[in-house]
Amino acid sequence: MTALTASDEATLQPLLDSRDDFPVLGRTTASGAPLVFLDNAASTQRPVAVIEAMGDCYRNYYANVHRGIHTLSEESTAAYEQSRTVAANFIGAAVDHEVIFTAGATASINTVARTWGDTNIGPGDVILLTIAEHHANIVPWQQLAQRVGCKIEFLPIDDDFLISDEVVQAALQKHQPKLFAFTAASNVLGTENPVKRWTKIAHDHDAIVLIDAAQAVPHRAVNVQDWDADFVVFSGHKVCGPTGIGVLYGKQTLLDAMPPFLGGGAMIDEVKTSGFTTAALPDKFEAGTPPIAEAIGLAAAMQYVSELGLDNIANHEHRMCERADAALRSMDGVKVIGPTPDKKGGIVSFQVDRIHAHDVSQGLDHDGIAVRAGHHCTMPLHEYLGVTATSRASFYFYNTMDEVDQFIESLAKVQKKFAPTGRRRKRS
Amino acid sequence: MSPSEPDIYAEHVLDHYEDPYNRGPLDTATHTDEGKNPLCGDVVHIDLKMDDDGKIIEAWFDGDGCVISQASASMLMEKIDGKTMEEIQAFTADEMLELFGHPLTPNRQKCCLLSWRILQGALKSPVAAGDDDVESNGARRKFGGPTLGEET
Repeated sequence: MTALTASDEATLQPLLDSRDDFPVLGRTTASGAPLVFLDNAASTQRPVAVIEAMGDCYRNYYANVHRGIHTLSEESTAAYEQSRTVAANFIGAAVDHEVIFTAGATASINTVARTWGDTNIGPGDVILLTIAEHHANIVPWQQLAQRVGCKIEFLPIDDDFLISDEVVQAALQKHQPKLFAFTAASNVLGTENPVKRWTKIAHDHDAIVLIDAAQAVPHRAVNVQDWDADFVVFSGHKVCGPTGIGVLYGKQTLLDAMPPFLGGGAMIDEVKTSGFTTAALPDKFEAGTPPIAEAIGLAAAMQYVSELGLDNIANHEHRMCERADAALRSMDGVKVIGPTPDKKGGIVSFQVDRIHAHDVSQGLDHDGIAVRAGHHCTMPLHEYLGVTATSRASFYFYNTMDEVDQFIESLAKVQKKFAPTGRRRKRS
Repeated sequence: MSPSEPDIYAEHVLDHYEDPYNRGPLDTATHTDEGKNPLCGDVVHIDLKMDDDGKIIEAWFDGDGCVISQASASMLMEKIDGKTMEEIQAFTADEMLELFGHPLTPNRQKCCLLSWRILQGALKSPVAAGDDDVESNGARRKFGGPTLGEET
């Protein structure tokens, strides 16, 4: 790892200072140890700015949006729609109404599967995925296959946990998929896929492209127009925002051509006993009362993260990842599950010989360190790798190099604790 | 281990993990079952040899998983030696958690109760010719981990 330059130090300081904005980072865990939160790929923490934005809405101007002709509804509607503008700018959407608020990345993918999928995918059509997808980007397509009889093909990863452009190209050539849906960054391997290149290759083969950007949008600058992706999905809670809200971005031509998903209030233009007509974007896909305070909280989170600077965040996470990856690889009996740090973001998954991931996690928790253990909602990937469970440390901007070191030191203790020592069970 | 370490990794739990009771396959099993916790991937396989009166002559386990799931399986095998089917059926989940002996969070209780659940299933799963005890290639499933089993 290269030493920090003066300009690195300058960009790092606001990130270190940001810890003070996160009340929860000051607490201790069950054992009394100070919290070291390294489970950010599962969900991130909330800064005061987000908590206050939602509190401000509920305390001062909350009412249902869109239909009310009264002060509170006007104010809530303005704040809700302003949040859409913030989200659209955050991901570089061409127009605000290409941003649909959903319950999260999972709801976003299900919306695409149920509407675009049901309309455009038929028997024998192929949907191309990668083996490293999260269940949210597998199961909705399996459900679609059950409904319409399409086929699902998985791109394999190589021994370095990567997928080459040639493999992508060959699969698109061979299967001629209608849709290529892949993750921008794997939640287990940490691999950052070349979204723009793969999208271009897919478009050259007339495939529609959906990007699961849940692990990308919070961690690096994303521009959906630069990617040229047709659909992009992500969740609010992974970018310091509230739970229960996420985004479905779609190109307007596609969203316009899709039938609505959930039916109800707000998504209609007119309803008669004989039928209904559909509202224009984005209302068409936002039936019912939307997550109003959550949208306002998400916008506050995006503004907060933007002020810190996504390039700074990416650099800092990368340095922590490099340090953790190198330390883990140097430990006897520890195997890193994922590519080298130059190919990944702030996620390091690993296995420890003879120690189950749950015991690793429980042992680390005793030192205050929160990591995730299990299959991380990627059972096909774990089956492909031939492992039942892995442990995962995932970093965000508020983590520090000291925390990386504490994690490594604690892991060495855990290894020692569970090492065989010739114990004998008491004979009765 | 320092005194402040979580009790769930108490000495006798680690003893059972490293030096388990009757861990390994039992070729003469009359009853067998296997199952896992899908969330964490812990697997436990139980082989029982019961006599005509439904009494356990031998109880063996094998598996792959965390300390809690494997140590608790070892404790359970030791506990049920010589018991009757009725006695085992009457052995409740709460009694299993009590047998483990240390308070567990709800998530870890699932690890502890895995072998208890598989044991109850094994009672209802007599071994038939060509049963699922043997995989399609004819080989018995192999598990890693400590294979100490013989009583001394």
